Amino acid sequence: MTILEFSLIVGAGSLVAGFLGALTGLGGGVVLVPMLALLLGVDIRYAIGASLVSVIATSSGAAAAYVKEGISNIRIGMFLEVATTLGALVGATLATRISSSKISIVFGLVLIVSAFLSWRPQTINERNAAPDPLATKLRLNGSYPEAEGMRSYNVQRVPLGWTLMFGAGTLSGLLGIGSGAMKVLAMDQAMKIPFKVSTTTSNFMIGVTAAASAGIYLARGYIDPGLSMPVMLGVLAGSLLGTKVLVKAHPKWLRRVFSIVIVGLGAEMLYKGISGRI
Amino acid sequence: MANHQSWTDRRMELLIGNLLRAGVLFSAFIVVLGGAIYLIRHGRSLAEYSVFRGEPSNLRHVGAILRDAFSLHGRGIIQLGLLFLIATPVARVAFSIFGFAEEKDRMYVIVASIVLIILAYSLIGSIWPA
Repeated sequence: MTILEFSLIVGAGSLVAGFLGALTGLGGGVVLVPMLALLLGVDIRYAIGASLVSVIATSSGAAAAYVKEGISNIRIGMFLEVATTLGALVGATLATRISSSKISIVFGLVLIVSAFLSWRPQTINERNAAPDPLATKLRLNGSYPEAEGMRSYNVQRVPLGWTLMFGAGTLSGLLGIGSGAMKVLAMDQAMKIPFKVSTTTSNFMIGVTAAASAGIYLARGYIDPGLSMPVMLGVLAGSLLGTKVLVKAHPKWLRRVFSIVIVGLGAEMLYKGISGRI
Repeated sequence: MANHQSWTDRRMELLIGNLLRAGVLFSAFIVVLGGAIYLIRHGRSLAEYSVFRGEPSNLRHVGAILRDAFSLHGRGIIQLGLLFLIATPVARVAFSIFGFAEEKDRMYVIVASIVLIILAYSLIGSIWPA
C-alpha cells in the first residue's frame, strides 16, 4: 500500500470513528487503536501514539460547544486533573516498559468493560444528600441549569473519586485513549455528580490528561507524523460533525450497536494479546 | 460574592473554550500544510507501520522539530502542528491560574499550578535535549 492510499484509508476510518465516538459519547480512541492495530497491521505503539494526539484534538475542539451550555464545573475538573495527570505519567511510563501483547490484553479488557458500562442505565442522583466535608472545603459543590431552573448538587466521596480518576489517568496514558467512560463512572457513580455535569467536565479533563502523557510518547518516538496526520484530522472532523448532529441526546440503539462492536474488538485484542500475535 | 464568583467562572470558561478551539484549529491548519507537502513528496512510497522502530530523534524533541519544520520537511511541519496541539490544553491550565488569581481563589491557584507542574515535568523529556 502506498502512503497516499494508506493515509486516505486511515483518514476515512478515523472520520467514522470520531463521528460515532461523539454521537455515542464513548470517544473515538476506543475504536481507533483496534482499527489501526487489527485491520491495518500498525504496531500498537504507533497506534496509541496517534490515538492520544486525536484525543487531545477532540477534547479541546468540543470544549467550546460544551462550555456554552454552562454545565461543566471547572473546580471539580481542575482538582481531579491533579489525579488524572499523575496517573497519565504512570501509565505512559508503564507503556514504554511492558510488551505490546500485555498492552493489547489490557486494551481488550478496558474495551469490554467500557461497553458494559455504557449499557448501564443512567442513575438519577439524589438531590439533597449532605456533601462530603472535603467537597465543601474544596468548593466542589455547584449548580447547573436544568429545564425547571438552576439545580444545585453536593459532591460525595471525594477520596474515592480522586483514586478512580488516578486509575482513569493511568489507563489513558497506557492505552492512548481518553478513558471518558471511567472518568464519568468516577464522577457520576462515586462522587454523585449529576450525569450531564460529569460528562462535560470529563470531556474538559481528557485533553489535559492526554497532554501529560503526550510528552513522554513524543520523547519515546511513539508519535509518527505520517500516521498521526490522517488520524488527527479524521477524528477531529468526525467528532465536530458528530457534536453538530447531536449535542444532547445519544441515540440508544446506536449506543447499543456501537457497544457490541466494541465488545467484538475487545475480544479480538484480548485474543491477539494472549496468543502473543500482537 | 457567590454570584460574582460564578459570573467570572462563566466568563473564564467561555474564554478558555474559545482559546482551546482556536488552538486546535490552528494546529490542524499546520498539520494540513505539512501533510500536503509530505503526501506530494512521499505519497507514492510504501507505507510501513507494522514494525516499531521509534521516530528518529529529529522528530522527538522540540528544538529538532523546529529545525526540521523550518527546512520545510513535511513530517517536521506535521510534528510542529502536533506540538501546538499538545500545548493547547497546557495553555488552558496556565490560563486558569490567572483566572483563579483574579477571583482571589488562592486554593485553586495552587491546585492549577500543581497540574501545570505535572504537565511541565512530562514535557521536559521532549524539550530538554534540543
